[in-house]
Amino acid sequence: MTGRRRATLASRIPWTLIVFLAAATVPWIGSRYDTFLASQIVIDALFAVSLNLLLGTTGLVSFGHVAYFGVGAYVCGILMKTYEVPFVLAFPAAGLGAALFALVSGYFCVRLQKLYFAMLTLAFSQIVWAIAYKWNDVTGGDQGLPEIPYPDLDWMSAIPGFGDLRIGDRFYLLTLVLVALSIAALRIITRSPFGRMLTTIRDNPERAAFIGLNVRAYQLAAFVVAGAFAGLAGALYGLFSRGVFADYVFWSKSAEVIIMTILGGMDYFWGPPVGALALVWLNQQITAYTEYWPFVLGAILLVLLFAFTGGIVGGIVAGFRFARYRLARRDA
Amino acid sequence: MLEVRDLRKAFAGFVAVGGVSLTVETRQIAAVIGPNGAGKSTLFNLITGHIMPDGGRVLLDGRDITGAAPHRICRMGIGRSFQRTNIFARLSVFENVQAAFLAHRGRGANFWARSEDFYRDETAGLLASIGLDAHADAIAGTLSYGNQKQLELGIALASDPEVLLLDEPTAGMSATETRETMQLLRRIAGERGLTLLFTEHDMEVVFTIAAKIAVLHQGHLLAEGTPAEMRSDPEVRRVYLGEH
Repeated sequence: MTGRRRATLASRIPWTLIVFLAAATVPWIGSRYDTFLASQIVIDALFAVSLNLLLGTTGLVSFGHVAYFGVGAYVCGILMKTYEVPFVLAFPAAGLGAALFALVSGYFCVRLQKLYFAMLTLAFSQIVWAIAYKWNDVTGGDQGLPEIPYPDLDWMSAIPGFGDLRIGDRFYLLTLVLVALSIAALRIITRSPFGRMLTTIRDNPERAAFIGLNVRAYQLAAFVVAGAFAGLAGALYGLFSRGVFADYVFWSKSAEVIIMTILGGMDYFWGPPVGALALVWLNQQITAYTEYWPFVLGAILLVLLFAFTGGIVGGIVAGFRFARYRLARRDA
Repeated sequence: MLEVRDLRKAFAGFVAVGGVSLTVETRQIAAVIGPNGAGKSTLFNLITGHIMPDGGRVLLDGRDITGAAPHRICRMGIGRSFQRTNIFARLSVFENVQAAFLAHRGRGANFWARSEDFYRDETAGLLASIGLDAHADAIAGTLSYGNQKQLELGIALASDPEVLLLDEPTAGMSATETRETMQLLRRIAGERGLTLLFTEHDMEVVFTIAAKIAVLHQGHLLAEGTPAEMRSDPEVRRVYLGEH
């Protein structure tokens, strides 16, 4: 059948379910520190997947994606700490707040192209940073918002086997489920007709307009969706680190999430989570040996950009294709 | 019916199109010819909303479409191909045409269903009719130049246009490819009842399939009429057909 990918043995294995279940075992088989690292990876994975809806799918290079992450973190943190709103309301509110801010800032950004688009996203993110840093009454200014309460997770004790988990472990499991649902939603969006329209805009905006698409409207829609999910990631990050600080919104974090996405492979849906895993893990491993982590990271990026433009996932896919080709030749 | 009335456009003082009026009847095959820089591509870009005219009107079946955004003009029933081939290079051939169906039929806001399940039969049928079915799974950017031109035609046809504008549909093709492409165009225009307006360098091509020819020279319409009239027009022969 044309146009459909043939089902191979590898594609019949429910990889996503296996990875999810493996990740869910971390609190039982790993140390407290492992749970800490896993939380960071899972949250960064959602942040990077949300960015890749712009970068890999729509072809929009945002240098200010941290703004929406930050707005989500502050909305959730302020609601839960200052107004004692329960998590079930504060969490969706974070996504909504980030989406609204993305709607307003995106309205202007999509009017510009390429580098100018990137610069304007950066400008908006620095505005968010400046507000976070100076608006003492609401954001806590340079002191930030420490001691945001954890959501109430006592109900988890009722589940057999969860009784003796620490609060950090429970929050990790909650994070894992929420991130998995969010990534699943982004996966559905990417594969949908809407997602297909975004890929036509990435490939050729001029032609996309002349199959009848309002290119700016689609770009703005992608910007809002990406912003909303970044906001959800930010909300989780604020709770995970027990506070929201202006540093979280600084532009270097936008660069970090771009690096994760490229490291994993922005042409693949699962590239960014792999990149998040690789970056957090490498950072831990390498800082244990040397203080020159940025140097090592730079070297890794150089190799990637010149030798494996498809990132880690692109490298794996190319490896599999080569192996299959060799096998097919041997059989022939 | 496509009507252009006194269309004008100047770029920084240079008059690219200086008051062109032209009518293409429904189901007519018409060609715009003229030397490089005569304003053919600008004329097309004015019709399809890619450039705002300084003055004049564009009417589609009597309806004023002057200066509307390209995506609106596409939806009103004008399809086009571009001089520099314009496809979705990283999508497969199948996905290119399928995307055009999705966009034209207003499915673009659907963010929950799987896009690959939509319009499979329509896409396969259209690919077969333009002779690209064997390449359905190829990545569009890897196709030969001639096949990319065919694919561009397929993308334009998926929007089910009434009027199709083709900017040099055979540019860069071999003599055989050119002949095949023109036969394909004539067949498809007949089957679908298309109004066709195209620019072309190859005079043999123009005189074989066009029922009407408009000659553009330095932004002005020099003459228009049937191929026979154009052949015998002394002015046209002098400036364009290379006779002195």
